[in-house]
Amino acid sequence: MNPKLATLALSGYIAVSCLLAFFFPQSALAFLLVEASLLLLFYVPAPEKVKTFLGALVLLILLPILGWVNGYYLEIAIQIGIFVALALGLNIVVGFVGLLNLGFVAFYAIGAYLWAIFGSPQANAFIPGGLFPLSPNWFFVFLLLSIAVGALTGLLLGLPVLRLRGDYLAIVTLGFAEVVRALVNNLDKPINLTNGPRGIAPITKPPLFFQPLLELAGLQVSPAQLYPLYFYFLILVMVFVIILVTRRLENSRVGRAWKAIREDEVAAASMGVPVVWMKLLGFAVGASFASAVGVLFAAKQVFINPESFTFMESIGVLAMVILGGMGSVPGAVIGATGVTILNLQLLKGLSLWLNGLRQSGAELAIPFLGSYSLSQLPAQFEPAKYERMVFGLILILMMIFRPQGLLPPRQEQRK
Amino acid sequence: MYALIALGYTMVYGVLEFINFAHSEIFVLGAFVGVEVLLLLESSGQLATLHPAAILLLVIITAMVISGVAAMALERVAYRPLLGGPRLVALISAIGASFFLQDGLRLFESLWRNTFYLNYPSLDFLDRNLPVTDILVIPVKSLLVIVTALLTLAGLHFFVNHTKLGTAIRAVAQDPDTASLMGVPVKRVIALTFFVGGALGGLAGVLFGIHYSLVNPYTGFVPGMKAFTAAVVGGIGNIPGAMLGGMMLGLLEAFAASYLSLVTDGAFGAEYKDVVAFLVLILILIFRPKGLLGETVREGKA
Repeated sequence: MNPKLATLALSGYIAVSCLLAFFFPQSALAFLLVEASLLLLFYVPAPEKVKTFLGALVLLILLPILGWVNGYYLEIAIQIGIFVALALGLNIVVGFVGLLNLGFVAFYAIGAYLWAIFGSPQANAFIPGGLFPLSPNWFFVFLLLSIAVGALTGLLLGLPVLRLRGDYLAIVTLGFAEVVRALVNNLDKPINLTNGPRGIAPITKPPLFFQPLLELAGLQVSPAQLYPLYFYFLILVMVFVIILVTRRLENSRVGRAWKAIREDEVAAASMGVPVVWMKLLGFAVGASFASAVGVLFAAKQVFINPESFTFMESIGVLAMVILGGMGSVPGAVIGATGVTILNLQLLKGLSLWLNGLRQSGAELAIPFLGSYSLSQLPAQFEPAKYERMVFGLILILMMIFRPQGLLPPRQEQRK
Repeated sequence: MYALIALGYTMVYGVLEFINFAHSEIFVLGAFVGVEVLLLLESSGQLATLHPAAILLLVIITAMVISGVAAMALERVAYRPLLGGPRLVALISAIGASFFLQDGLRLFESLWRNTFYLNYPSLDFLDRNLPVTDILVIPVKSLLVIVTALLTLAGLHFFVNHTKLGTAIRAVAQDPDTASLMGVPVKRVIALTFFVGGALGGLAGVLFGIHYSLVNPYTGFVPGMKAFTAAVVGGIGNIPGAMLGGMMLGLLEAFAASYLSLVTDGAFGAEYKDVVAFLVLILILIFRPKGLLGETVREGKA
C-alpha cells in the first residue's frame, strides 16, 4: 500500500473511532475500535515517524480524553498496561531464556505486598512507633526497592532450582507460587504481617506532586478525578521503560547469551556462556519487573488480598506471552492487550448480550429444528465465568497450530 | 490417596517423559463420574437395594473407563500432534488442556445439575468404623482406600512386568524407535498408557470423592500437585517409587498437620501443611533430582 495513503487512512480511522467512542460512551464496541487502531498502527506500512507520532497521539492525548469522559475506559487501559508489563517480564524468562516459570505471579505478589504492608497501617502491627502508613512520597522509593527485592527473591529461588530441567522447573516454580500464596494467606499470626485472607486496606496512593503545577495553570481538579489519569500515565511510563530495557537487553551480550541458552544449553556452555549466571539474571530481571508492577497494582487497588495472586493469574500471563509469541516484545504487548480485552470486555460483553437475549424472550427459529425460546437459555451459560476454558483453548490451539505465536520474534523469521 | 494419583503421573511420564498436567482433571472427572453414577442409582432407587460391593464396583469401573477414555481422547487431541516437538510445547498444551477441562466440567455440571458442587450420597456401609482394638478404630472408608491402593499397585506391577502389553509399554519407554522397529505399535501403546493412567486417575477420583464426599471441578489442583510431588519424591517413572512417595508425603502431611503447632509453640499450625509438602518437593529435587528410587529405572533393573 502507498505509505501516504496508509497514513491518511490510519489518521482517518483513529479520528472516526475516537469520535465514536466519545459520543457513545456506553458502547464497548466503539472503544474496541479505538484499541484496534493501535494494532493497525503496528501493521500498516506507514513511515516510522508518522507511526510514532500517531501512536503517541492516541496513547498520550486521545485515550486520556476518552478516559475523562468515561472512567471505565481508563480502568481498562490501566489493566491492560499492568498485564502488558507483567507479560513483558515473563517474556524475558520464558521467551528469551526459555525457562518455563509457572509461578510468576509470586513475584507480583511480593511487590504488591511490599508496598501494601508499609504503605498502610498494617506495618504498625509489628514495628512500634506508629510510623505507618508512610507518606505518599515513599511510593517511588518503594518502586525502586521493589525492583531490588524482586530481583533478590528471583535469585533466591533461582539459585537452587535452576539446575533442574525444564519441566521440573515449571513444577517447582508453581510450587513456589503456592508457597508464597499460602504464606501470605496465613501470616496473620504469630505476628500479623499480611492480615491473612482479609487482605490489606487502605493502601496509600502515590503522591500528586504535580498538583501545585496544575493549580498554577489555573486548573482545579479533584484528586478523585486525577488519580485514574495519574495511574494511567504511571503505567504508561512503566511499560515504556520496561520495553526500553527489554529492547536494550535483547540486543546486548546478555540477550544473545539468553537466546543461546534457549536454543541449546550445552552448546552455549561450551561457547563460554556462563549458563547459570545468565539464567539467574534472566530470572531476576523478570522477577523485578513483576515486583515493580505489583507495587503499582497495590497502590491502584488500595485493597489487596491473596485472591489476586492465584495460579490463574500466572497462567493468564503465560497465555498472553504465548499468544503473542515467545521471545517477542511486540508479541507480548499484543498478546497481553488481546487477552485482557478478551477478558474484560469481550467475555463480559457477551455475557451481558446473552442476558439481554434471555430477558427479551425472543424466539429463535433454527432451520429444521423448530424454534427455540431464548428465555430458556440456561443461566449458567455465561461466558465471563469460563475464562479458564478460553485460556485453555488458547494454549492448546496455539501450541498445535502456531507454537511460535502471533508475532514471532524477527530473528527467528530470518533463519 | 496421593499414591494412587501419583501412579497415573508415573505411568505417563515413564513412557513419554512428559508431565501430564491435565491428569489432575482426569482425576476430578473420575470423581464426578462416580458421583453421577451414585446419584443416578439413588434417583432410580437402586442404591438401597443393590449389594454394596456391586455398587462400589459399578461406580469404580464406570469412572475408570470414562476417565481412561477421556485421557486417551486428550492424548489424541492435545498431545499427539505435538509428539517430537519441544517438551515445553507439550507441557503448555497440557496446562491448557487442564484449564479447559476444569471449566468444561463446570459448564457441563452447571447445565446438567444447576450447580457444580456435588455431594456424594452417603453410603451406610462406608460410614461404619471397624474396631480393631479398644483404642484403634479404623473407618471403613480409609480401609477401602488403603486396600484399593495396594491392590492397584499389585495389579499394575503384574500388568507392566508380566504381560505382553506391559512389555510393550516398557519397550516404548526405553526407546520408542527401536520398539517400533521390533514391531511394537508405538502410538497405540502410548494411547494405551494414557488409558491406564487415566483409569487410575478415575479410580483415585472415586475414592477421593467417597472419602471427602464433596467435589467441585477445581478440587483437582492441589491433590494433583501433591501427587506429582509424590511421584517425583519416589522417582518419577517408577511404579513402586510413586507408591512410596505417596505414602511418605501423606504421612509427612499428617504429621505436619498435627505436630507443627506443637513444635513451633502454636506459631505455625496445620494450615502450613501445603507449604511443607512443596518445600519437600523443592528440597528433594535439589538434593536427589532422580527421586528416592529413581536410580533403579536409569539402570534398567525395574
